[in-house]
Amino acid sequence: METLLLAESTAESLKGVINALCEPAPFFIISCIALIVFLVGYRTFTRPAVALTIGAAFTLFYIISAFDPNFAAIIKKPDNVPITIMMFSVGFCTWVAFRQAAINDERMERGEPLIEAGSDDKVLVWPDLVYTELIALTLCTAVLIVWAILLRAPLEQPADPSVAPNPAKAPWYFLGLQELLVYFDPWIAGVLLPGLIIVGLIALPYIDRNPRGNGYYTFKERPFVISTFMFGWVILWVVLIVFGTFLRGPNWNFFGPYEFWDLHRLAALLNVNVADIFWVRWMGRGLPDDWMLRELPGVFLMGGYFFILPVLLAFTVLRKIYRQVGLIRYAIAVMLLLWMALVPIKMLARWTLDMHYFLAVTEYFFNI
Amino acid sequence: MGSYLPLVIVLAAGGVGTVVLVLFGGAILTWVREGQVWNSVFRHGIPRDRRTRAMAVLSNVFLHLHPVAVRKSGIRLSFTWCMGGLTFFLFLAEVVTGVLLMFYYRPVVEYAYVDIQNMRAKVISMGLMREIHRWGAHAMVISIWLHMLRVFLTGSYKPPREFNWTVGVILLVLTLLLSFTGYLLPWDQLAMWAITVGSNMARATPLLGHEGPLASFLKIDGVPLVHAGSDARFGLLAGTFVGPNALLRFYVLHCVFFPVIVSVLIAVHFWRIRKDGGISGPL
Ligand code: HEM
Repeated sequence: METLLLAESTAESLKGVINALCEPAPFFIISCIALIVFLVGYRTFTRPAVALTIGAAFTLFYIISAFDPNFAAIIKKPDNVPITIMMFSVGFCTWVAFRQAAINDERMERGEPLIEAGSDDKVLVWPDLVYTELIALTLCTAVLIVWAILLRAPLEQPADPSVAPNPAKAPWYFLGLQELLVYFDPWIAGVLLPGLIIVGLIALPYIDRNPRGNGYYTFKERPFVISTFMFGWVILWVVLIVFGTFLRGPNWNFFGPYEFWDLHRLAALLNVNVADIFWVRWMGRGLPDDWMLRELPGVFLMGGYFFILPVLLAFTVLRKIYRQVGLIRYAIAVMLLLWMALVPIKMLARWTLDMHYFLAVTEYFFNI
Repeated sequence: MGSYLPLVIVLAAGGVGTVVLVLFGGAILTWVREGQVWNSVFRHGIPRDRRTRAMAVLSNVFLHLHPVAVRKSGIRLSFTWCMGGLTFFLFLAEVVTGVLLMFYYRPVVEYAYVDIQNMRAKVISMGLMREIHRWGAHAMVISIWLHMLRVFLTGSYKPPREFNWTVGVILLVLTLLLSFTGYLLPWDQLAMWAITVGSNMARATPLLGHEGPLASFLKIDGVPLVHAGSDARFGLLAGTFVGPNALLRFYVLHCVFFPVIVSVLIAVHFWRIRKDGGISGPL
């Protein structure tokens, strides 16, 4: 009896620790560190034994977590099941890719042929490819049918414009964008940033002029582009979806994965703008009435970020890239990168400094 | 006894058929394959040797998506993960189940929800079709992301495949829009509020949304051009809220507009794979 109580209280305190680690700032920073550690040590972490251990540990953690009623309530929602599937398949596919990259990179160092080598050997489409496709098609059909029999598609109460659910969530694949709404105005979170994602993806082949790593898995030959892409994809897309699914509850408040979604919890909102910090805190006076004067610090900050920083970078850290791609490509690439970097910067500023807007021309809905 | 008669007949016919097939199957097959009907459809022999196997692919409009021979490295499962193919297959599954669902669904506020309910209650197979349609849609979103991930990590967007990558990005956007427009159709709370949250963003489009930056500058004689009844969200929803017009609009976009564009772009995508030299590989 006593040991049972002891076990229960340890479990509870463990849950408390995990809930605390899942606060936005720690969760985000831990994810970033995990990604960096993975990319630095990709050769070690993708070894089958190591990867299997990590995968098994995560699966075990996930299964044990499912015994918690609050966590179970989230993952059992039918429309959240795809998110579980996505997390595991993203993990698995990332492993498959980086494992082959590690092998290829080692082989290139030793001057051996790549996994993909022998590309001139051809096989006939009938039967080799057609049969593979047939098998894939059959398996996929079977999986879909079994999935459809086991899990019913959700159908909630009929639509009612007068009863808003709390929280009201976008479809799961847009939850990352919805999370951005916390930190940015809708025109940035909902229009500009998605637009930039699309533009950035389309621009990628025209910006990335590195001719190597075309048609085979490698990390060593294109570390910068791959790291940037993985940061955008894993952290800013997948992790934010996880935020939105597991950690956002009523009133879009943050809740730990094992916390009860309390409708009445109030979150303190003490957000400040750069203008407040500059004029009130540092200058010790009230905000100027004229918005142009008021926002001068913000204009300097954002102007420096978007217009002076690129020039500095071109002469220092990104010098090689600037030389390689030329002025126009560099300008486009650096703008995309700076917008991408602004997302985590703003998030961290919000969590640590309660930052609301760097630049707040509320008069014209123009706030960053 | 009488009521069992059909069963007996069916079983007997089946039994006789099986025996005939087992005994004379080979002979029948040869007879069919030598006949005029078969040869009018398939203009090649049984795909047994190099030539007939090549013909099997060349003379079939669907298999003709493929070249006759492909690089070995390109079709290894660990290279492509078959993700593009899976995305394509899921799209086909969505089209088939989607057309079936259209027989039972009316995009009108009074009927939409009830129709979905009735599918499950009255036509069991339709309930299953709806399940497959919904999970297939989710699966397609995941598989298209993973397909993009593999194309990125193998550097397959690099020359000469830049344009096909662009086509792919547009397909990605359209797939998400397909999923998004379909989300509204069951007309339940989940649907209505997810679309409300999603479409509210359009309000804030710069210049074109009535709560977006710069929109207030668009005026004629002091009358604002962009207001709740004329902005981007209004164009999307055909109204200022998610109501009957939005349902009809999303239905048409979901069932006709986007699928047609996606089909065309998939054709372009596949065509370009061949024109760009097949699946990428080390030079
Ligand atoms: C409806 C969506 C899509 C379908 C049905 C589709 C289908 C396919 C298929 C069957 C292949 C052959 C190789 C493979 O399976 O990996 C392929 C290759 C390719 N896909 Fe897609 N795809 C889609 C979306 C995308 C997206 C979103 C991108 C990128 C943003 C993309 C970029 C490419 C490129 C560049 C290739 C050539 C890869 C190579 O040569 O190695 N596709 N696609």
